[in-house]
Amino acid sequence: MQAKAKATKTSNLIPGATGDWEVVIGMEVHAQVASQSKLFSGSSTAFGAEPNSHVSLVDAAMPGMLPVINSECIAQAVRTGLGLKAAVNLRSVFDRKNYFYPDLPQGYQISQYKQPIVGEGEIEIDVDGEAMRVGIERLHLEQDAGKSIHDQHPDYSYVDLNRSGVALMEIVSKPDLRSSKQAQAYVTKLRTILRYLGTCDGDMEKGNLRADVNVSVRKPGDGLGTRCEIKNVNSIRFIGQAVEVEARRQIDILEDGGKIDQETRLFDPGKGETRSMRSKEEAHDYRYFPDPDLLPLEMTQQYVDDLKQHLPELPDEKRARFMKDYGLTAYDAGVLIAERERADFFEAVAKGRDGKTAANWVINELLGRLNKDGHDIGDSPLSAKQLGGLVDLIATNVISGKIAKDLFEILWTDGGDPAEIVDARGMKQVTDTGAIEKAIDEIIAANPDKVEQAKAKPSMLGWFVGQVMKSSGGKANPAAVNEILKKKLGIA
Amino acid sequence: MQVDEATVRRIARLARIKITDAEAKSLEGELSGILDWVKQLDEVDTANVEPMTRVVPIELKQRADKVTDGEIADQVTANAPMTEDHFFVVPKVVE
Repeated sequence: MQAKAKATKTSNLIPGATGDWEVVIGMEVHAQVASQSKLFSGSSTAFGAEPNSHVSLVDAAMPGMLPVINSECIAQAVRTGLGLKAAVNLRSVFDRKNYFYPDLPQGYQISQYKQPIVGEGEIEIDVDGEAMRVGIERLHLEQDAGKSIHDQHPDYSYVDLNRSGVALMEIVSKPDLRSSKQAQAYVTKLRTILRYLGTCDGDMEKGNLRADVNVSVRKPGDGLGTRCEIKNVNSIRFIGQAVEVEARRQIDILEDGGKIDQETRLFDPGKGETRSMRSKEEAHDYRYFPDPDLLPLEMTQQYVDDLKQHLPELPDEKRARFMKDYGLTAYDAGVLIAERERADFFEAVAKGRDGKTAANWVINELLGRLNKDGHDIGDSPLSAKQLGGLVDLIATNVISGKIAKDLFEILWTDGGDPAEIVDARGMKQVTDTGAIEKAIDEIIAANPDKVEQAKAKPSMLGWFVGQVMKSSGGKANPAAVNEILKKKLGIA
Repeated sequence: MQVDEATVRRIARLARIKITDAEAKSLEGELSGILDWVKQLDEVDTANVEPMTRVVPIELKQRADKVTDGEIADQVTANAPMTEDHFFVVPKVVE
């Protein structure tokens, strides 16, 4: 579609025997709509149910059954379109995409072909600190198929229709991506946006978000090469790997004088290769036509505007606000907004406090610790209130930064109220200069040789600070200790 | 419009309908005849006419997002030639 491509950074080019190659990637992401019931029937969408239990006679395509659309699925698709800064089409049409497969009882998938519910939009992604825009071609609503299980019996396949009829949003990007990193950043960002909107839970392990990756290669400046579609890649890591190995495969073929066959391929993470899905030899001929069971979907601008008004704050907006209101760096803000729960947690800690300190504790201490112990922010042993209390104690000079780390450990393992723990365990910082002076005098008296050395070599100050901190059990205020020491030792 | 035998066979295959040679031959004529008959509509000038999707002013009927159906695995699989633990069992579809 876009033969004229954006210039690719040289660092994204792939070296080959005949010179550098450019990889061109477009994505089709299938995102399961977050809804209670299916797109055209009242059966449940819940994951992990007994075989064929979440199936109605509509989903099983019994003769005479008619589809009735789920209004929430329409709203979710519109919200997603708005979140992708896309044009919402007030009139869209459902078509039948005809093909035969045992997990498709209707013999056709209800989808949207020529007139999708959402048109062109865009996503901003960030790769290695550089922002770029990725065009969205369209978003349409369609039914998921059932699931075929092939490894239960040597001669038979087992079919479970629980997924059959669940609403999917197919989100198609323009071929704007030029590296595996960009492809990964795109899906990551798309998933973040969907989660913020609450329109898809983005759970790739359950298959609730899966990507078909279209890959082609060319010499920089040439028109688009023949593409291959890698189906159903189900993790961000695999998307990166699939792009890398597929680009390399195509380059090798072209450099050996061969040509690329346009085909559908599968990525095998175990073998680290893509391979042809030759089972569907006959060229696809889906014979799309408008589904006579469904009238066109028509919405008013008022309806779309209402949904727009109730849209939550989106990741890009939130990041800009965090930078502006809390003085955070783009990097820190980016870490915090990556998940909505994380951003909410940070805001609860930062509210009425110093944003940078709050960000520091959330990112460096809490997220680090959560990650190490395999927790999510959702099941954090430390609440935002507790961490906020800890930040308060630092801000009011009740505890030092060092003691705060000990307090963090206590809160993590034992829980409790930060201020009460500090009181009960005598962790308060000593800011009483008299007490600090006394400790310093004792150390100076005991170490006359070190005092002499320090006069010649001011970096010895650190040793004295260490001794004072040790003698106070880490509770002396480091700033006060430094100041008094410098005076007593005569160091400028 | 003339439909040839190759087209008849292709359509039959896409629709998973098995036809004999004799049937293919006769379907050539039948399908061509039907298409010619429908082709008469081309005589009407529709250049400036919106496609019609309904004859009365009704809108697409919608339902609320509630679970109101399902949990009838016995009924759903009742007519299946072969089942196991409520799975449909079909001839293997991959190698």
